[in-house]
Amino acid sequence: MKHETIETNAGWLIVLTLIVISIGGLVEIVPLYLIDDTVEEVKVAGKETVRPYTPLELRGRDLYLREGCYTCHSQMVRPFRDEALRYGHYSLAAESKFDHPFQWGSKRTGPDLARVGDKYSNEWHVQHLIAPRSVVPESIMPNYPWLLENKLDYKDVGDRMRALKIVGVPYTETEAEYQANVERFGEEVAKKLDINSAADNLVAQANQGNYDGNPRVVSEMDAMVAYLQVLGTMVDFNQFEDGHFVKFR
Amino acid sequence: MSKDKTQKTVQTTGHAWDGDLQEFNNPLPTWWLWAFYATVVFAIIYWILYPTLPIGDTYTKGAFNDITYTTEDGKTETTHWNTRALFEKEMQEAREMQAKYVERLSDASYQEIQSDPEQSGFAFSMAKVLFADNCAACHQTGGNGVIGMYPNLIDDAWLWGGSFEQIEQSIREGRQGNMPGFKGQLSSQQIGDVSAYVLSLSGHEMPEDEISRGEEVFAANCAVCHGNDAQGKTAMGSANLTDSIWTIVDVPAADSMEEKKSAVMELVREGKSREMPAWKERLSDTEIKILTYYVHEMGGGK
Repeated sequence: MKHETIETNAGWLIVLTLIVISIGGLVEIVPLYLIDDTVEEVKVAGKETVRPYTPLELRGRDLYLREGCYTCHSQMVRPFRDEALRYGHYSLAAESKFDHPFQWGSKRTGPDLARVGDKYSNEWHVQHLIAPRSVVPESIMPNYPWLLENKLDYKDVGDRMRALKIVGVPYTETEAEYQANVERFGEEVAKKLDINSAADNLVAQANQGNYDGNPRVVSEMDAMVAYLQVLGTMVDFNQFEDGHFVKFR
Repeated sequence: MSKDKTQKTVQTTGHAWDGDLQEFNNPLPTWWLWAFYATVVFAIIYWILYPTLPIGDTYTKGAFNDITYTTEDGKTETTHWNTRALFEKEMQEAREMQAKYVERLSDASYQEIQSDPEQSGFAFSMAKVLFADNCAACHQTGGNGVIGMYPNLIDDAWLWGGSFEQIEQSIREGRQGNMPGFKGQLSSQQIGDVSAYVLSLSGHEMPEDEISRGEEVFAANCAVCHGNDAQGKTAMGSANLTDSIWTIVDVPAADSMEEKKSAVMELVREGKSREMPAWKERLSDTEIKILTYYVHEMGGGK
C-alpha cells in the first residue's frame, strides 16, 4: 500500500494510527504485569505488612478523594536525596498496591503525604484541617471545618469494600477468604478486613483511636485522621537492610 | 504568483483548490531525516546501556553501566543501572562529604559541641533544616509554639525538663501530657476558687477569701501533680504555675481579671491532653542529637 493511499484515505489513516498507538501503549504497560519485581515483596516474620485499609481508613481515603486533596498533595517519595531528607524513605510500589486509584501524583502545591502517618499528633491534624494557618502561618491550604461537624456516613462501607474486592483488594466475605487473609496478614489484621463486621470494626477503631478528640461521635474527621495517620507506616524499614529494595529494580 | 510556482520542477499533490491553490509534495528535508536516523541510533545505544526490553518475567538489565554503592551499614554492592541504586550512591556521596562533621558530632558530648564553634555551626545549619521539616509544623518555624497547643521552645520554661538529656528524651520517645478535667469532682465555686488561687501565684490580684479557699482545693486536688509549691514536676510534665508563662490558657491575652479567671476555670473544668510524637523511628541518633542541641540552644536550656 502506498503512503499516499493512507494519507488520502481517512478510514485507513484512523485504523493504522490506532494500531501504532496501541502497540506503543501495550509495549509499555503489559510487561509491568509480567515482570516479577514490579511490586516488591514486603514480609516480616512470614506475614505481609502492607495491608488493605481498615473500614475507617477506607472511608478516610474516600473523603480525601472527595475533598480533592490529591490536587495539591502527592503520595510518592521519589528516590532522591532531597526527598528522602524531607519526607523519609522512598515509596515502594508495594505500598500503593491496594490503592484504587493510586495517589502518586506529580504536582505538589502542598507537601508529599506518603509518609505523613505518625509524624504529627492526632490533635495537630484536627487543628490543621480545621484551620491550617493556626499552626502553619505560611500555609495556603483551605480550611476544612466541616470534617469535624459532619457525622461519618458509614452505612455503605461494606459495599465500598465489596467494590474494591472486585478489583483485587483482599477484603473477605467467606470463611475460606478470611483464613487466606489470616495466613497472609495475620489474624489481627484479617479481622479488620472482614466485610461482614465492617461497620462494627469502623466504630470500634474510631472509638478506640479517638482521632477527632470527641469520643462520643464518629465524625468525618475520625476517618480522615485515621487515614492520614496510617500513610507510609506499613513498611518498617528498620526490618530491612539498607539497600534491600534496590534489587527489585 | 501562481504562474511562477507551477513552472517550478517541484511536484504538487495534484489537487487544485479554489482554481489555483496547490500543495507542494516535497521530499522530507535532509537534516530532518538524519535527525530521525540519529534518534534510532540513540535508541539502540540506550537499549544496550540501560534496563529496557522486557523478556518474559524479567528484562534486559543494561551493560557497561553498573553502579557501585556502599550503604550506611557499610555493605558494598554493584548492580545494573537503576534509579534506586543511583539514590543509594547519591546518599553515600553526601554521607562521605559530611562524614567528618557528622562522625565528630555523633561522638562528641553536648558540652564539646557547645565549646567548638565549627561543630556547633555545622549542628546549627543542619538542625535548622531538620527543625523546619519535622518540628516547625507544631512548634513553629521560630520555635515559639502556639499557646494552647504547642509549647514555646524559646523561653526558659520547660514542662519536661530543659537539660540536654531531658530534651533528647522528649524528642526520642515523645511525651504524653494529660491534665484531667475536674468538672465532675469539684463544684463550680471550688473551680473558681482554685483558679483565683492559681492566678494569685503569678501576681494577679484576686479576692482574699477566694485565694484562701482555693489554696485548700489546690492542696487536695492539684498539688499531687503540680507540687505543693505549684512549681510543676518535670517527671510528669506538669506546668509551673508560679511564673508568668502560660502554655495552655492564654492568660496574658485576656483583658480583665474576670476573663483571665474564667479562662483558667475552663481549663480546670475540661482538662487538657497533649502529645508530642516519638521521633526515634523517623530520625537517626545523630539527627536527634543535633536537634536536641538546637532546641537547647534556642531557648536557654538548662
